[in-house]
Amino acid sequence: MKILLKNLTAINPEQKLNEKKIDILLVDGKIAEFGQNLDYDERSNKIIDLSGKVITPGFIDIHVHLREPGREDEETIESGCKAAAVGGFTAVACMPNTEPTIDSAEVVDFIKNKSINNIVNVFPVAAATVGRKGEFLTPMLELKEAGAVAFSDDGVAIKTASILKRAMEYSKMIDLPIIEHCEDESLAFGSMNEGINSTLFGLPPLPSVSEDLIVMRDILMAQYTGARVHIAHISSANAVKMVREAKSKNINVTAEVTPHHFTLTDEALKTYDTNLKINPPLRTQKDIEEILLALKDGTIDCIASDHAPHSPEEKELEFDYAPSGIVGLETSVGLALTELVHKKVLSIDELIFKYSINPRKIINLSIPLFKVGEKAEFTILDLDEIWTVNKEKFASKSKNTPFDKRLLTGRSIGICNNGRMFLNGEFVA
Amino acid sequence: MPLSSRHLLGMQNVPKEDIQLILDTANTFKEILDRPIKRVPTLQGKTVVNLFYENSTRTRISFELAEKRLSADAVNFSVSTSSVSKGESLKDTVKNIEAMKVDMIVIRHSVAGTPLMLTKLCDSNIINAGDGVHEHPTQALLDLYTIREKIGKLENLKVCIVGDIAHSRVALSNIFALKTMGAKVSVCGPSTMIPKQIEELGVDIIYSIDEAIQENDVLNVLRIQLERKAREYFPSIREYVKYFGINSERLEKNKKDILILHPGPINRGVELASDVADGPYQVILQQVTNGVAIRMAVLYLLGTLN
Repeated sequence: MKILLKNLTAINPEQKLNEKKIDILLVDGKIAEFGQNLDYDERSNKIIDLSGKVITPGFIDIHVHLREPGREDEETIESGCKAAAVGGFTAVACMPNTEPTIDSAEVVDFIKNKSINNIVNVFPVAAATVGRKGEFLTPMLELKEAGAVAFSDDGVAIKTASILKRAMEYSKMIDLPIIEHCEDESLAFGSMNEGINSTLFGLPPLPSVSEDLIVMRDILMAQYTGARVHIAHISSANAVKMVREAKSKNINVTAEVTPHHFTLTDEALKTYDTNLKINPPLRTQKDIEEILLALKDGTIDCIASDHAPHSPEEKELEFDYAPSGIVGLETSVGLALTELVHKKVLSIDELIFKYSINPRKIINLSIPLFKVGEKAEFTILDLDEIWTVNKEKFASKSKNTPFDKRLLTGRSIGICNNGRMFLNGEFVA
Repeated sequence: MPLSSRHLLGMQNVPKEDIQLILDTANTFKEILDRPIKRVPTLQGKTVVNLFYENSTRTRISFELAEKRLSADAVNFSVSTSSVSKGESLKDTVKNIEAMKVDMIVIRHSVAGTPLMLTKLCDSNIINAGDGVHEHPTQALLDLYTIREKIGKLENLKVCIVGDIAHSRVALSNIFALKTMGAKVSVCGPSTMIPKQIEELGVDIIYSIDEAIQENDVLNVLRIQLERKAREYFPSIREYVKYFGINSERLEKNKKDILILHPGPINRGVELASDVADGPYQVILQQVTNGVAIRMAVLYLLGTLN
């Protein structure tokens, strides 16, 4: 591999770097030269002009469901990684609600082996309790050694305060976070957010207080144990306010939001499109306003897609029978650029914190740097390209998105990682 | 003037002119129901499938009679909800039914939004016979018809819907239709049975049944579900009867002149005491008769649109 990339704007807030007209020479997966007006015609195999494009430390999506092992008809590690590459991610953290559950070193090994030569790094999140059943702790030490980066009973909250306390105490010993899907089990029987729209559409309501209760519980338990808790897909304004307050008290809590939760409201459900059935459900404009505020003030640390592939047979069912979840890897960055950067909620630097620096810190990964000799792991963005989402062209095996045919401004055009480079839909190295 | 939509999915957004047209058309059909030979050839050659995913004897019979009295070919297709997960998907069922060349589908389903889903799966006219706790438009239409028949108008009439509003498909359809026709609508029931933010639909919430009786011209009393799950919403039947049940004594005490509707089937001694269910204020069996006329009107107006 020997490629010269020319005329990029290089932004890396971690290095306080923001420079235009940067050329980068890549040799064997590393940054060999970095600076302005590099001229290495003879020494490079390939010269690619990327005028006007932005290069950032590699984006990571720390909440994806790759469905392998178990539901390879919906997604595989390979197809999910391809979707991640198209979406602009050099790494993903995959959730443990597979079949079997990621609750043993063997399953972590299986996933690591499957993704070993991939351009996208896959970091398994292991279950906090065996089978995600909330009874016994998983072998967290062994799981960490195998490569697990966090623990979560994703899909459900850790069942009881008692096992949560043990999980936090134990994971604290190895400084890995507990990622929580915050939903009170006894209130978890609805299909959409409770409010005027659930009243209007006649769908069984899921009250936002169900999320708030567990967020509160988890914050208190993180405070009590001193462990780290990461709130997955935060969606309710109240929960956001609680996280803000907890952070002000230096409690170890972080939070992520999905693009759909800052883009869509429960009003969209008037079509009864099962691709809008998500858990936590789409909420209200007031919730979105609080989320945008929290993205800006740092209460919400990162953006993650909760990429949840489902087969058409499952999603073509009656609304209450269809499973929750939508694919998100290939629309996440486009939605964030459109809804956050172009609408001036976040600067591009802040966006890079949400997509690269903060999520990497949450799961203890180092931040890729633009320096000679460093590993080349970056995302290339076109901030202004206007494009239309076309689910038929998704690299993901599943097409369950509510954003098909949506016009977006800005996207990732490529990534570089592990000695390979993917640009404009194809591998150039 | 034809209807403005080729389906009847709910009463939300159905314009006043359409409601007027359906009620007026039902008038004509009601007259046919009193004839010795209760059949007209209006829908001869049309095929209507009654696709019922939920048990409902009276609504299905009412539709079936309406179809037969219009000379349509009526076919019943009942699927028990318990077999849904094992059996054919709704999509495949509907595609199969459509392949047999039908013109209209009347659907009852426990999941809200399913009638709308059908409009995207096939070309037939779709009539919603009740979807989840969403809408039941023909019930609302027959309620309006009955009220208009008894009182002579709907505009500025005060109507209170009483009971389990949150788990009723009848309530929402009534609220939409009554409000479109200019009635003043309120709801009355235990607060656990009032759906979130319903006041944003422009209805008042009343927690006292005596006040509801005093202040309204019409009470539309809903059936209280007595199954185990539904029982989480109120402490006991005894408490419900004591504070929300309607009996003659209560009616006499508060007001003489009131009209009582009930979509049936009645829990005697729960939401309505027997002396009310059989008493002078109620029009429950007229509702049932009018139901056939209303469904004939809807089938006729949709079936002759194309």
